[in-house]
Amino acid sequence: MSFIKNYLNDVWGAVKSLATGMKLTSQYAIHHKKEKITQLYPDNRDTLLLPERFRGEVVLIHDENNEHACTGCTACEIACPNGSIKIITKFDITPEGKKKKALDTFVYHLDMCTMCNLCIEACPTDAIKMDQTFEHSVTDRNDLIKILNKPGSRIRDGVE
Amino acid sequence: MWSLQNITDNIHDWLYATFNPTVAMLIEYAIIGALAIGLFAMLGLVLIYMERKVSAWMQLRLGPNRVGPKGIFQTTADTLKLIVKEGMTPTGVDKLLFNLAPFIVMIVAMVVLAPLMFAKGFQIWDLNIGVFFITATSSLSVIGILMAGWASNNKYSLLGAMRSGAQIVSYELSAGLSVLAIIVLTGSLRLSDIINSQENGWWIFKGHIPVWIAFVIYIIAVTAETNRAPFDLAEAESELTAGFHTEYSGMKFALFFLAEYVNIFVVCALGATLFLGGWMPLHFGTNTRFNEVMDYIPSSVWFFGKTFFLIFVIMWFRWTFPRLRIDQLLNLEWKYLLPISMINLLLVTFIAIMNWHF
Repeated sequence: MSFIKNYLNDVWGAVKSLATGMKLTSQYAIHHKKEKITQLYPDNRDTLLLPERFRGEVVLIHDENNEHACTGCTACEIACPNGSIKIITKFDITPEGKKKKALDTFVYHLDMCTMCNLCIEACPTDAIKMDQTFEHSVTDRNDLIKILNKPGSRIRDGVE
Repeated sequence: MWSLQNITDNIHDWLYATFNPTVAMLIEYAIIGALAIGLFAMLGLVLIYMERKVSAWMQLRLGPNRVGPKGIFQTTADTLKLIVKEGMTPTGVDKLLFNLAPFIVMIVAMVVLAPLMFAKGFQIWDLNIGVFFITATSSLSVIGILMAGWASNNKYSLLGAMRSGAQIVSYELSAGLSVLAIIVLTGSLRLSDIINSQENGWWIFKGHIPVWIAFVIYIIAVTAETNRAPFDLAEAESELTAGFHTEYSGMKFALFFLAEYVNIFVVCALGATLFLGGWMPLHFGTNTRFNEVMDYIPSSVWFFGKTFFLIFVIMWFRWTFPRLRIDQLLNLEWKYLLPISMINLLLVTFIAIMNWHF
């Protein structure tokens, strides 16, 4: 008898779970006007709402004094799985007369980047972040090799 | 009640009064052929648009919205593109079978239209074995699919075709048994008799729970028979690229695509005829005020309304349920649907003998 009971339980469970799924999709179909997730992109370029975690490109954060938090530790370069980041360092002379390692050029190859976010997680000083810009089309691929630190920028005081 | 019957009767009478019988019959054949092809073209455009819109709504998307208002000319544009595309025949295929297969699938879909009753008195051929004719000829489409898969000389195509064969052959059993439930209640295979038997209520209301079970099994089985998701193992985009029509392009591919949608229409029309009363308006009992009000709606509206409702249900399945594996698919048929529909058929027979239905 237990065989028949299990069999009927199977059938009942299947019918019930399929009905649950159909209820959900029918709710979506009825409310599709209110909850639609499609962005009509080229039309709403000014009011485009991107998801919070959308990753467009890596940027180095600069504040209003043209200062960033990159110490030139190359943790991001080591973390990058396909070598999209190249950090060129230099030695600054501190007021005490000591030599200190600092960032010279932050080279970022957008053409190789897969937006994996590993460099941002590796950064000990949160100097870089993922920006949400995504219109990256260029006619020359050399334009995709970017230098992220702005000219004349320097490390913020107190960042070690 | 307004009906297409007057128009067809008038044309028939006028043709036979003007020409001699042979010529009149030939002209009628030509009219029917033109109407069938016109219906096919319209179905292809409307159903593909409907499929894309329904899927978009269920996934909270917009669907086609660029070509024409609300994107209604999207499918027309797609069809134009397919017409001007080159119908390529790859080297290494069996040329005769490869080029024949899409037409076989299409002709089978077209032949099945013959006994369907589109409105009151609007039917191509009211033969006395109508339901049997539909179930018998619709299973011929598997030959076209096997032909396409074999002739393509491609392992994916052959796998898709073989799966399709296994699937259609097994699901035909439960589809046939659930159709038999209504045949037992009606006592006739003629579609007009089946529709007339529902004058005082559709079978789905008159036949108690066993007819409900038969209806659900019918819908599941025909979804599998038309090779649609969640039973789209013949096409299997994710594993077999496009299954049996991997090698097809242009208009030959379009014929397969169109045949799929026409088959959906045909099985939904048959389901609407058997369980929901075909063109018969919603009636309860006999000679009530409610029935008279319902009679004002034309019979063709009733038929197409019911058919498109069933098509919507099948699309709803497609965009809700996860796909099955081939072993799960055959388990579902042989271990669940077939035994249930056999027992259900016994129940229906018992009800019919005892006259317990309304």
